Amino acid sequence: MFFLKLIIRNTMRHPLRSLLTVAGVAIAIIAFGLLRTLVELWYLGAESSSATRLITRSSISLVFSLPISYRDKIRQVPDVTAVANANWFGGIYKTEKNFFPNFAVSDNYLDLYPEFMLSGDELKGFRMDRKGAVAGRKLALKHGWKLGDQITLKGTIFPGEWDFVLRGIYRGSERTTDETQFFFHWDYLNETLKRTIPRRADQTGIFLVGVKRPEQAAEVAQSVDDQFRNSLAETLTETEKAFQLSFVAMTEAIVIAIQIVSYVVIVIIMVVAANTMAMTARERISEYATLKTLGFGSIHIGGVIFGESLAVSLAGGLIGIAATYPAAHWIESELSQFFPVFRVTGETVLLDLLAALVVGCVAGVFPTWRGVTIKVADGLRRIG
Amino acid sequence: MTLLLQPGPCRRSGEKMDSEPLVRITGVAKSYRRGSQLVPVLEDITFAIPSGEFLALMGPSGSGKSTLLNLIAGIDTVDSGSILIGGEEITGLSEQEMAAWRSMNVGFIFQFYNLIPVLTAFENVELPLLLTGLSRRERRSHVDTVLELVGLSDRMDHYPGQLSGGQQQRVAIARAIVTDPAIIVADEPTGDLDRVSAGDILLLLDRLVREFGKTVIMVTHDPRAAEKAHRVIHLEKGLLVTDPGFHDSHH
Ligand SMILES: Nc1ncnc2c1ncn2[C@@H]1O[C@H](COP(=O)(O)OP(=O)(O)OP(=O)(O)O)[C@@H](O)[C@H]1O
Ligand SMILES: [Mg+2]
Repeated sequence: MFFLKLIIRNTMRHPLRSLLTVAGVAIAIIAFGLLRTLVELWYLGAESSSATRLITRSSISLVFSLPISYRDKIRQVPDVTAVANANWFGGIYKTEKNFFPNFAVSDNYLDLYPEFMLSGDELKGFRMDRKGAVAGRKLALKHGWKLGDQITLKGTIFPGEWDFVLRGIYRGSERTTDETQFFFHWDYLNETLKRTIPRRADQTGIFLVGVKRPEQAAEVAQSVDDQFRNSLAETLTETEKAFQLSFVAMTEAIVIAIQIVSYVVIVIIMVVAANTMAMTARERISEYATLKTLGFGSIHIGGVIFGESLAVSLAGGLIGIAATYPAAHWIESELSQFFPVFRVTGETVLLDLLAALVVGCVAGVFPTWRGVTIKVADGLRRIG
Repeated sequence: MTLLLQPGPCRRSGEKMDSEPLVRITGVAKSYRRGSQLVPVLEDITFAIPSGEFLALMGPSGSGKSTLLNLIAGIDTVDSGSILIGGEEITGLSEQEMAAWRSMNVGFIFQFYNLIPVLTAFENVELPLLLTGLSRRERRSHVDTVLELVGLSDRMDHYPGQLSGGQQQRVAIARAIVTDPAIIVADEPTGDLDRVSAGDILLLLDRLVREFGKTVIMVTHDPRAAEKAHRVIHLEKGLLVTDPGFHDSHH
């Protein structure tokens, strides 16, 4: 009790110094937490993907399309329960800054994505309208779209102005489900292409292949690819997770760099805090010597010094954690085109706490050791 | 329960023999290492201090007064020789035993008061009692008693920064006597004070000796302070230059 009082009063002795240290730790923890969240996010697409969905694409590259006629052939592969197709449309809504993923999809596409939850009425409305479209809840919210609104996308891959009518707004079934996507009928795209650019009609970017059980995935993928071996358009089939991870792999260097930076931030604040604590302890060495003279032992003196270091960095850590949430929320709402889901996980909070604890321990260990080992007579000489 | 501030010899002394002095220093030597060089600070010091004496240690700067005081008070260790206090040899004690011994038998007064600035006068005086098994109430009554004795009952909630130098030194004296130790060591207790405050402090130390039978060992440069003492010992370059025996004539 008494020593707690002493620790607290000691931290208040140089309010500005303590405030700056606490603020430094808090900012470092916020940065650390946000960077960790960013790294987690990178893998989120892969993590939240289904193990019973396969993706078939051109074996050459994703930018090459596949003939739509493959759909029926894939459907006949044993253990395949459904085949849908999707085409990256790359349309722009008003300005490029409004980026969101938009796809031309087959009618049964949403059946393969139970995590995109749509009411029966809206689904029916979407299917009945040739120009119908479905948007994620966050996307609709951002642009103030309501059911029945006309939405025009400017084509980039497929030239022209494309008009759609919003028929459905989906919600994610999971916290991590992306609610910023936009879907419309592949048939609408294809019919238009048949009239305007016939050589690009009857093609699709990818096929979604549903299987019943995850164990079947490998075999089905093999069978699908075997079918089209030595054809004009060979395929590459992999699980959705592998597909997503191949995107992550392209940017792995960035992820690693971010991870390194997140730790560097902590190391920097550790050094700064250690310096501050050492300075503080040096100033008080004669007080610690006095306490020793009175008969207090290493536990008391070490406890007071170490306790102060821990108190300061834990205060910074807690403030940092508390501030990470509004910061993440701000990123999610303001930068949703880059980060559709930006949520701080419990794991990140734990890491934050751990980081603050490590900063406190490392910053405190040297001054504590000095305070504990100083000879009383030497410590007393440093007065005045 | 023992009555606070009762006159008497060192608590640890067991059966006290009238002829046996409270402190007996025999052949004490101490040197410090400066780089590769060994600098002798005290050489073959031998003298004794009877219980209840007010002793002044004088000498030029650097003569080893503080060093000698620290050895007697158990915050530094001898190179050779023996220091018997109340019949107990303290030179062989471990650091921890030494700390425990100090907290029971020695009260400290420093030139610059050495109060903890974030603790009030009351809390500063209470500090040494935290190492005893006393209850909160007992501690409070002890602290009240000694603050009363030094005349600072009305200042107990003040922080050191809110007190004058003389008042701070009186708080320090209260802290030194709150555990009722037999020996009080004071290293230039008036060195940082004006004449009036210094007079107050000396008066207090004198009272501790006369009324409460404490043994006070005081290092000082001030001849006026030394006048208060029963006996003055002079140190020069680590050697005693006055008669090391003690007079029975004192007080
Ligand atoms: N820890 C130490 N390390 C090295 N030298 C020391 C140490 N402590 C004391 N000395 C040296 O020992 C000598 C005596 O020091 P001491 O402090 O006992 O002198 P003093 O008589 O108290 O002087 P002053 O009147 O100035 O306080 C000095 O030369 C000092 O430099
Ligand atoms: Mg000195």
